[in-house]
This record gives sequence, C-alpha cells and structure tokens, in this order.
Amino acid sequence: MMATTNIEHVKKKSVFVGLLAVLSAMISRPSGLLGLALVVFHIVLAIVSPAIAPYDFKDVNAQIILNTPSYEHWFGTDSLGRDVLTRTMLGGRQALFVTTIATVLAIAWGGLLGVLLGLVGGRLDELLMRIVDAFLCLPWILVLLLIVVMVGSESGVLILTLGFFYGIPVIRMARAATHDVVARDFVTAAQARGESRSTIVWRELVPNVLDVLLVEGAMRWSWMLLAFSSLSFLGFGIAPPTPDWGLMISNSLSIMALAPWTALAPVVALSSLIIGINLSADALAKAVGIDRAQRAPV
Amino acid sequence: MVKLIARRLALGVLTIVLVSGIIFVGVQALPGDSCTAYLGRAAQGKRLENCRRDFGLERPVLARYIEWTLGAVRGDFGVSLKGKKPISETVGTRFRNTVILGITASILGVPLAILLGIIAALWRDRLPDLWVSTTAIFAMTIPEFVSSTVLILIFSVWLGWLPGIVITRPDAPLFEFLSDIILPIVVLAFVMTAHILRMVRTSVIDVLASDYVQMAQLKGVPYWQMVFKHVLPNALLPTINLVALTIAWLLGGTLVIEVVFNYPGLGRLMVQAIFFRDLAMVQAIALILATLYIALNLFADLLTLVANPRLRTMRSS
Repeated sequence: MMATTNIEHVKKKSVFVGLLAVLSAMISRPSGLLGLALVVFHIVLAIVSPAIAPYDFKDVNAQIILNTPSYEHWFGTDSLGRDVLTRTMLGGRQALFVTTIATVLAIAWGGLLGVLLGLVGGRLDELLMRIVDAFLCLPWILVLLLIVVMVGSESGVLILTLGFFYGIPVIRMARAATHDVVARDFVTAAQARGESRSTIVWRELVPNVLDVLLVEGAMRWSWMLLAFSSLSFLGFGIAPPTPDWGLMISNSLSIMALAPWTALAPVVALSSLIIGINLSADALAKAVGIDRAQRAPV
Repeated sequence: MVKLIARRLALGVLTIVLVSGIIFVGVQALPGDSCTAYLGRAAQGKRLENCRRDFGLERPVLARYIEWTLGAVRGDFGVSLKGKKPISETVGTRFRNTVILGITASILGVPLAILLGIIAALWRDRLPDLWVSTTAIFAMTIPEFVSSTVLILIFSVWLGWLPGIVITRPDAPLFEFLSDIILPIVVLAFVMTAHILRMVRTSVIDVLASDYVQMAQLKGVPYWQMVFKHVLPNALLPTINLVALTIAWLLGGTLVIEVVFNYPGLGRLMVQAIFFRDLAMVQAIALILATLYIALNLFADLLTLVANPRLRTMRSS
C-alpha cells in the first residue's frame, strides 16, 4: 500500500558497495549534494567546535550584555554577555548526539519487530498493530513532556524515550514493506527454485526492506530533532548552561525587540541542519527508488 | 445504520474511560503529589498530613479516581492548588481560545491543503508537485517555534505590523484577540496544510492509478471531466477521516505555538501546570485534550459513513 512499489530487486554485491552506489547517486543531484554537505558540515562542527569556538560558552560578562554583532562577536552577545557564535557552534552537539543514537535505536527495534510481524502475521500481529495505532493517536509532545517531567531530561532518558516512541511508526512501515516484498515475483521465484526460508529472508527480503528503513531513518531523524528542540524550547529539555539551539531561541524571544540577533544564529543553524537532513532523505529516497512524498507522516 | 452509529458512540465512550484511567495512573506515578508541590519546602510532618487530609489525598487511589471521573463528567475538575480556584473556571476561557485558534487555522488550512494536494497529484513529479511537496516537507519538519520566531522577527520586530506577543487577558472578548491571533494562525495553518496536502496527494494518486479511472480514460472521457467526476469524489472521501485525525493530532502542536506567542490557550496552561506541578490541572487538561481528540475522530467516522454510501453496507455486514 505504501510507496514501495518502485523497488526493483537488484542483486547486491555487498552492503558496502551498495551503500557507495547509493551515495554517489545521491551526490549526483545538486539538492542531494547540498543536503549531504549541510549534514556533514553540522556533524564535523559538532565534533570540532569545542576546539575552535572563539570563547568559553559559559563566560558571563556584564560589560558586553546584548551587544550588536561586531568584529569581536560576529553574532553579538546574549542577555548574559555570552558570545552567541560560540553558543551556536556548540548548541547542536547535544541535539545531534541524542537524536542520532535515538534514530538508530528506533530503526533497529521498530524495523526488527515490523519485519517479524510482517512475516508471522496472525493474532499477535493483529493485536500489536492495534496497540501501535493507539500509540500513534497520542499527541507526541504531551507524552514526551510527561515522561521528561517524570524521569528527568538527561541524555540517556531522552535517547531511550525518543528511540522508543519514534520506533513505533517504524514498526508499521517495516511491516508494510515486508508484506510488499513478500508478494513480489522474485520471492515467488526464489520459492519455486526451492530456496530455504532463511535464504529468502536474508538474500531477498532484508536488502529490500533495508532500503525502506534507511529512508525512514533519515526522516525520523529530522522528526526527532523537531521533538528534541521543541522540548528544550519549552524548558523541559537540556538544562542550562549547556548551550542548545531550542533553549537559545526560547531565551531570545522575550528580548526579540531589543536584540533580534540573538535569535538569528540559532534559527539559521537549526533550520539548516533540518533542511540538510530532509534534502539528503529526499535524495536517498530517489537513489533507492522510493517516492518519499507519498508516505504518511508521524 | 443506527446500530452502527450506536456502536461507534459506545466505542468512543469506552476509549475516553480508558484514556482517563491512563492519565490518572500516569499522573499518580509522578514523584510527589499535589501537597508537596503546593507546600514546597514546608512539606513536612504535620502540615503535609493536614494538607493531604484537606484534599482527601490519603484515601485509596480507586476511590479518588471514581470521584474525579464523576466530577469531570459534570464539568467539575476539582480545585487548582496554585490559584485555589476551581479548575473549570480557568480552563473554560482557555479552551475557547484554543478552539478559536484551531478552527480558524482549519478554515484556512484545509481548503488550501486540498487544492494544493490535488495540484501536486495531477502534476506529479513535475514542477508544481516538486515545489508543493518540498515546501510541505520543510513546513512539517521545521519546528513550529522556529517558523514562529522568524515570523515575529519579520512582522513585529522589523515591519512592526503585528504584535509578536499576546498581552490580551485570557477572558477578553473575541474581537480583542483579532490582531494577536493572526501570526499564531498562520503558523498553525502552515503546518496543518503541509500534513493534509500530503494525504490528499497520496489519495488522488492512488485513485488515478485505479482500474475505473483507466477505464474512463480508455472510453475517451475528457481529462477534466474525468478528474472532477471520477477521481476527486473517490479520492477526497477517504481523506475526511485523515483530515480530522490530523487536526486533532496537531492540537499537540498548538502547545508550542501558544507558548511562543504567549497565547492564553489550553496548551500554554498545560505547560505552566506541568512546570508548577499542578497535578489536578495537568490531569484535567490531558483529559480534555484526549476527549476532544476522540470526539473529532468519532465525528469524522460518522461523517465518512454518511457521505460514503458504500461503507454503510460494507461495515455493518
């Protein structure tokens, strides 16, 4: 039912060669190249920023409160006299760290369970899918807020929570993809050839479902960033003084009329990362032959 | 038909009961109770005991749950510990404000989404589709508070046309909200349009590929006649349900928007209540939002049932 119809069976030499081919197909589009460049830029920045940031992110200086952008402070200073550029450079580290691990987690457990349910079917499948549907109805922000208030907002908690909740729609996706692949001619052909069940699963099913999961993962990533930064925007995420884009934007809102520059840098940083991930996901989807715009959100 | 509707209604009520149970248990599981939150540092020994006795917190959970639900049915959600005011008083006007926000955004967003979704589907993979679909993806993934911040920067800081922050009293008459509400509506409608247009697009594409549409094409039905008579009615009916679900789901999203614009709605009240650990308030708002969600869902189901004659026989059999 979902848009896995375009997937054609390709004999894959190895996962590595396959990935390389996908990567080069992604780069061949200008939008894909731009997207990948943005993502790589942000990841590299997150790794090296502690070494190259011009100031200390917690350096409070009453002398230079809310300074306009200048040669010393390219993006100005915030209400505590801290350098906005420094804080923006460091502000994505927690977000990237948490959401990346959580994405891998979500795809792993959701994908595994989804493929299993798709293969097994029957009563268990029916029951679990009802539960999945029920979970999908909950407004995610309420659930996240309650959990964070209950157990705290340390990185570990956020990773597990995001990984768990964003894995639930992946179950649905992986299950549908499994049904789709199983009904394909090449699976019937393999059965007719007398291949064993495990061979069919590993050689025919997994590589094809993996494509869907890869695209799904890229999408989930940007959703998680949305959730993560919304939480810190609301004041329930990463605790200050650790710099975070969501928190920075939230702080800048009350002084927007006085110091609009405090919002500009984190807004550009967060948007460029999310746009980068989306452009990459788009290019990835096209490279493996899935119409991404056709899939339902959530 | 009547039996079918009755069954849906019963199912809806059952879901609300279930959800209320989950909310109650979830809030009970939070560390501390209303009294420790209310008394703060003074929550020790005698005072804590007295407070718990006053609010009836020492009674068994089940008794309190039953009392709470029975009260909620009558519109009595108990007393907020912060303001010592009945919750229903505070919640009432906030609820109105959130509903206004939701309805106006839907009135703007839904028709726009349907139009854009149809355009994207009919020109699939060509320029109109690429523009619409790409913008939709960005609209859905850029956090609401980022797009709101950008709009505030442009329209209130630089141009000075609209207020960036709502300072109108929560219970002020409607027309006083008029200028305050424009930016929040735009942000909400933007996100809503993006979500819904994607569903419409998928649905139209599915119908375009169906046998009866291809048959119509082969018969030589003119293109636009085919679109309006064969494709659109069949494509748009199933989306009624999804549209209602999306609107309900986005109620969660209004929470962030309300906080950004300081808009006095249910979402911001909820965030404040969580912040101050006003558990009775959290419980009440969660239940209201869940009920609203289930009600919208039910309404969509019934609407589809009435609008689509095929379903009536199919599902009751």
